[in-house]
Amino acid sequence: MERLAFELESPGRPAPRAPPVVVGVVASGTLEVLVEPADLPGRCRVEISTSANGFGEIWEAVLRDFAARNAVAGLALSVNDAGATPAVVSLRLDQAVEEYLGQVP
Amino acid sequence: MTALGHRPPPASYREATARRRLAGVLDRGSFRELLGPAERVTSPHLAALGLPVAFDDGVVVGAGLLGGAPVLAGSQEGGFMGGAVGEVHGAKLVGLLRRAERERPAGVLLLLDSGGVRLQEANAGLVAVSEIMRAVLSARAGGTPVVALVGGGWGCFGGMGIVARCCDAIAMSEEGRLGLSGPDVIEATKGVEELDAADRGLVWRTYGGKHRYLLGEADLIVDDDLTAFRAAAQELLARPRPLDLATLEQEHDRLARRLAELGSCADAAELWRAAGAPDPDRLPLLEADEFRSAVAGVRRGEP
Repeated sequence: MERLAFELESPGRPAPRAPPVVVGVVASGTLEVLVEPADLPGRCRVEISTSANGFGEIWEAVLRDFAARNAVAGLALSVNDAGATPAVVSLRLDQAVEEYLGQVP
Repeated sequence: MTALGHRPPPASYREATARRRLAGVLDRGSFRELLGPAERVTSPHLAALGLPVAFDDGVVVGAGLLGGAPVLAGSQEGGFMGGAVGEVHGAKLVGLLRRAERERPAGVLLLLDSGGVRLQEANAGLVAVSEIMRAVLSARAGGTPVVALVGGGWGCFGGMGIVARCCDAIAMSEEGRLGLSGPDVIEATKGVEELDAADRGLVWRTYGGKHRYLLGEADLIVDDDLTAFRAAAQELLARPRPLDLATLEQEHDRLARRLAELGSCADAAELWRAAGAPDPDRLPLLEADEFRSAVAGVRRGEP
């Protein structure tokens, strides 16, 4: 297991506060993402616990793209990963933010 | 909007996640999770072994409404370690059932999807499963009906198979499976001649919803659809089974008769034939409704 933590720059207004949301299931080749509001102006924090060691650089690249696609300031994401590929991670992260923001009227 | 001419598939229970199942079975928007993922009550055993954990330890528990009546519900996520019961996972279900004893809701729904004990947690998992059994019986003794729904891809095996049969009633789909030792366990211990776990037809004939319904072990058989399971849960909560010595003795008699009558059958299809089911080879092909009427006269009901 490897633990990774990243803080992503995300300009713009912080995401509205909403109840935490979890998407995905921890199973071989996939992951779960928990989205919570956080007091992080201009930034998004991502904490990852992954069963695949040594992929920190790839995580960072995937997360940088994710933060460029979405306005994620003021969010804390926590990930339990069981060896998901970068494409699966990207889709799941987008889904997580979409479901979190979808709760806000 | 869906494409022209495309009919959306029914909301499959089997394909849904544990959370989606609860949302589909309970009144829309009524579910409130207890000890949700943000609380991060995860398995200390998996962490110690260097294995991935899940924020909810593979089970979602909480309160909601079913047809306007307050119920408590737990839903196992088969995708996480086959829905296997570890210490935290089990404690969440036990807590739910003990809450039912205090709050006396209209019932408890257990959406089971589990291979049984989580072997990585060894004795802690075994103890957890036995505590769930005790808590189910205790809630029932206190007057709260407990209903099991079995229609997930992992079936309901091992200790959770026993838990299901400790409940007032079970609703299953054909796709759901219920048993004690699963097919792979039997093949590994008794040999492929005893049970070929790769023979899916045989596995579903032996463990599947239709067989369990015919034997009287499942009380309802429904299509693989969230709405159908919702209706089944409502129907079964309305007819709890007494938990007393007379009922247990009747059930023991029934099982003894069944063993004497059908115990020599080597395959479920042979058993259906011996039980007088019409056209037994066609039974696996029927939809739930057709199947129910086809076997209405020969089903071995429980007291």
